[in-house]
Amino acid sequence: MATRLHIPAPPSRPGERPDYSNIQLPKAGELARPEPLIDAAEIRELPFSMIRVLDEGHQAIGPWNPGLDTGILKEGLRHMLLTRLFDDRMLKAQRQGLLTFYVKSTGEEAVSVAQCLALRPDDMLFPTYRQQALLITRGIKPVDMMCQCLSNSRDNLEGRQLPVLYSWKEVNFFSISGNVGTQFPQAVGWAMAASYKGENSIAASWVGEGSSAESDFHSALTFGSVYRAPVILNIVNNQWAISTSQNIAGGEQNPFAAKAIGYGIPGLRVDGNDFLAAYAATRWAAERARQGGGPTLIELYTYRAAAHSTSDDPSRYRPEDEWECWPLGDPIERLKGHLISMQAWSEAEHQELEKELAQHVIDSWQEALSYGTMSDGPQAPTAAMFEQVFKELPPHLIKQREQAGL
Amino acid sequence: MAQMNMIQALNSAMDVMLERDPNMLIFGEDVGYFGGVFRCTEGLQEKYGEQRVFDTPISEGGIVATAIGMGVNGLRPVVEIQFSDYIYPAFDQVVSELARLRYRSAGQYWAPVTIRTPCGGGIHGGQTHSQSPEAIFAHVSGIKTVMPSNPYDAKGLLISAIEDDDPVVFFEPKRLYNGPFDGDTDKVAGGWNRHEKGEVPTGYYTIPIGQAAIVQAGSALSILGYGTMVHVAVAAARRAGVDAEVIDVRSMMPLDIDTIAVSVKKTGRCVIVHEATRTCGYGAELSAQVQEECFWHLEAPIQRVCGWDTPYPHAQEWAYFPGQERVIAAMHEVLAVSG
Repeated sequence: MATRLHIPAPPSRPGERPDYSNIQLPKAGELARPEPLIDAAEIRELPFSMIRVLDEGHQAIGPWNPGLDTGILKEGLRHMLLTRLFDDRMLKAQRQGLLTFYVKSTGEEAVSVAQCLALRPDDMLFPTYRQQALLITRGIKPVDMMCQCLSNSRDNLEGRQLPVLYSWKEVNFFSISGNVGTQFPQAVGWAMAASYKGENSIAASWVGEGSSAESDFHSALTFGSVYRAPVILNIVNNQWAISTSQNIAGGEQNPFAAKAIGYGIPGLRVDGNDFLAAYAATRWAAERARQGGGPTLIELYTYRAAAHSTSDDPSRYRPEDEWECWPLGDPIERLKGHLISMQAWSEAEHQELEKELAQHVIDSWQEALSYGTMSDGPQAPTAAMFEQVFKELPPHLIKQREQAGL
Repeated sequence: MAQMNMIQALNSAMDVMLERDPNMLIFGEDVGYFGGVFRCTEGLQEKYGEQRVFDTPISEGGIVATAIGMGVNGLRPVVEIQFSDYIYPAFDQVVSELARLRYRSAGQYWAPVTIRTPCGGGIHGGQTHSQSPEAIFAHVSGIKTVMPSNPYDAKGLLISAIEDDDPVVFFEPKRLYNGPFDGDTDKVAGGWNRHEKGEVPTGYYTIPIGQAAIVQAGSALSILGYGTMVHVAVAAARRAGVDAEVIDVRSMMPLDIDTIAVSVKKTGRCVIVHEATRTCGYGAELSAQVQEECFWHLEAPIQRVCGWDTPYPHAQEWAYFPGQERVIAAMHEVLAVSG
């Protein structure tokens, strides 16, 4: 009998009704929370379920409820909302021709904000390009991020990188490559160095479910496991890698978190639009890493609501209303609902916050524009192009700089 | 001073640096307990402990990637890629990450990683143990690329590479590990103990990266080479009775074009030799720069003697290897043109 080449299909295509019947969601609060230093062999079923804390009525329930006070919940809500408004403004700026490129994180804000808040400021972040919320959570001002996107005179990367490929050493945010997945094993190396030096900080890195197919993913999990590196390795499963569904990356067979089993490390699968669940899983993995338990693989199950980038048109490959039908909802609405259910928040307060942050984004944008744009300048000096290829300028680059008339 | 072969000299360089810098560590395939398949790290794990000299999984990409992360976190990793033929799984980490990190982060991050890797043929290693990929790396902006031709240079250059805050790919011509090889396969192989460059200081010293060396002065023509081919060039000139000036390039990036230009302007004739394949090999860059700098002094077209543009064959190794006969033919070629 001849075999037939199997090409995995997405749940639905343009013009079809979004179909999420393949997603099996356990009820919130159902899963047990093991002790963080448990033997990974004893929790091999965890990646096949999903850690969820917020129930349909926005109540936080079950053993994974991190029991956060309203202060931190409001802080998280603020960062998520600011990220969304920031993204909306930057998309508009790109459409106005002021940015060459942009990448929105809409729908995935809880991943970065909750995980960042569950880590310590000295923990090192090795992010993807869809994690601007990490910077916002660590206190980088929108105006400074806008200057990077504009490649203007205040761009902290001196015009060398595409918009959103940020680098912010002062908040332990690693330089984003643009090549996907490469940062995953680098984070493991960073964590190995922390162990070597006897330090207590840990590393966290993220890849998309699409780039989990890269060999760097395998290197990261192998080295992380072998050397018991204090690192949290996250897969943001936002269902889409540009135009290919998670099924093309192997999601049809098994949850991505289940890959942990082969490496002998814990794998957690988390409702990525549930702020509390993302926070709780990260805190669990951080506790394990800090106590010498080694890496944890976390799959954050979410949905990429926006296009891959401004160069992408998702209406060509997926139903336009897929996001509205996403069964795990909107992370901002869910945290807001939770705060309201606790009587710690109100619609009026939410509208007030939204207004305040929208004004903050407008003011930041005006300020950023005053430092220049890529098309009209001022930018970083052109001669900066030759700097920092090496620590010191070698003779051939001195010569080439002269040839360039700089 | 002590008699050392190139393996011992490299080992001594790493020993000296492990002693001096507590943030330096060594890892790679088989380099720990066993001391490396070529024995370059022998005894170092025993002396400095397995936290500082350790074995890795067979994952060149993982080795370089974790070295980058460690470098970013304040360490100074020296990694071994067992054969340069095996370096390609790490290529993306070298090209897109290691080489670009300082630039793309505007100096916020860098990784002072040294990648040691044996290269070159002459050991019947076939296509997967004989390659010389130096030009591929010299082509990448942001990494330094060096290749010593003797124990003395090997130690001094490796210490410079380790201390360098920029990444360095350090090629070790494996045919020279145990003794100089001049391409004459009929001759009984001698060790480094009969060669002046086998006299190596036991302590710390450096040879700056980016400086070529004049191996022998001459006036008839200039031969530019590195690694094993330096010895082939010297022997070929002697056999042909040509008063050649032989220059050991030593560092492909950055290149010491000044030393080369002075020589070629003096002799007016130039032969470039390397083991790697000819097309887009490093000799093409040398040739281009020589004509840019020395065009009005050249008496004859520049000749290149290189590996053929084929994979490195096994049984036909000596027909592939650019040996003395081919170097002599090239010398005659450039000398035949009257200026």
